[in-house]
Amino acid sequence: MKELKVSAIHKGTVIDHIPSGKGLKVLEILNLPEDSTILIAVNVRSEKLGKKDIIKVEGKILSKDEVNKIALIAPTATVNIIDKWEVVEKKNVEVPDEIIGIIKCANPNCITHYEKVKPKFKVISKKPLKLKCHYCERTMEEEIIAKNLL
Amino acid sequence: MRFQDVISINDFEKDDIEYVLKTAELLERELKEKGTLQYAKGKVLATLFFEPSTRTRLSFESAMHRLGGSVIGFAEASATSVKKGESLMDTIRTVENYADVIVIRHPKEGAARLAAEVAKIPVINAGDGANQHPTQTLLDLYTIKKEFGKIDGLKIALLGDLKYGRTVHSLAKALSYYNVKLYFVAPPGLEMPRHIVEEISDKVDIVETSNLESVIPEIDVLYATRIQKERFPDPAEYNKIKGSYRVDLKILEGAKETLKIMHPLPRVDEISYEVDKTRYSAYFRQVWSGVPVRMALLGIVLGVIE
Repeated sequence: MKELKVSAIHKGTVIDHIPSGKGLKVLEILNLPEDSTILIAVNVRSEKLGKKDIIKVEGKILSKDEVNKIALIAPTATVNIIDKWEVVEKKNVEVPDEIIGIIKCANPNCITHYEKVKPKFKVISKKPLKLKCHYCERTMEEEIIAKNLL
Repeated sequence: MRFQDVISINDFEKDDIEYVLKTAELLERELKEKGTLQYAKGKVLATLFFEPSTRTRLSFESAMHRLGGSVIGFAEASATSVKKGESLMDTIRTVENYADVIVIRHPKEGAARLAAEVAKIPVINAGDGANQHPTQTLLDLYTIKKEFGKIDGLKIALLGDLKYGRTVHSLAKALSYYNVKLYFVAPPGLEMPRHIVEEISDKVDIVETSNLESVIPEIDVLYATRIQKERFPDPAEYNKIKGSYRVDLKILEGAKETLKIMHPLPRVDEISYEVDKTRYSAYFRQVWSGVPVRMALLGIVLGVIE
């Protein structure tokens, strides 16, 4: 089977190399407007991953924050910016050293649940992903992180 | 000034700890010679205790008075605008107009860090939920240093509820800066959390056991803690574990003559009262240590002591 051409949209973003099975979760956390045109392919054969998911979003260029969000659940993903059917920019997602405002703290007694403050985490390990809350100092591991995305 | 706020023992390097201990020692000596000092004359400390803690609050107040400063504050949130729904951030922004330094005790974890970010004046954490109580750790280290003249080379046992006790978490981490051997002695189910053991195990020797009797002959310091009833969701579970260890004269028969017993207090039944009068008990001297250590911290963050 021939690999899907990532640029088969006119203008927008293609998120490629999503680990197989994570595509729907990526879509969920992107929280795109209801009228967005989205193509999703799951379990596509991939040389790099064996199998992968792909999401194509017509007319939307992802922000840095959104890309960082993806990195938390799909660290292998690549983001392709498409214009006039061509890839004009290609970037790997990378977990940043600090994550602000996109995950809530899993500790129910953390002050961030009670005050108007953006949750902030220090990344203490990228592989496996492990975050430490800047405020309550509690650590969160991969499985918990995915459940606490804002 | 080495640091602006005192929020977490994790923010301290060994040099910072040593600096505080040294400053406390000098202040204690000066205090004994001169009585009340004047380093903080004209300065005001605000003690914001959103939950009660008489011992810690009085210790800070005593420290500020002995530095020549004055104190304002409250001892429980119910008497403040928090009851009207005021946010912590607004309380801090208000209080910083009245004081030069804030000491905060709050039931929510991370509250002290947030307060320090909001405040233009220094903030000292006097306990934020189950997270941190850095001044307790510093006074514990100061006590050990006073009792033995050193910390390096000692064998130190932490006894009791090592799972939930924030004092033992911070103390274990701080002791890992020194050349010590640590014994974690806990009833089954209340062992030291894995992440703490892993974090420090490459720096210090650690022995984990539930048998206090077996370690008593080896150790120089026995740091006992209370099993915290309030942490148990099921009272039956607490009843099963309570009384599972008790430091009494019988268990101390095999101890080194120089053994010192410490406890962050309050105690319930972990240390028998008959131990109080023995040469082993150091826990009431430990209470005093809070004063010079907190004097040092107040003086440093206020910038009045170099």
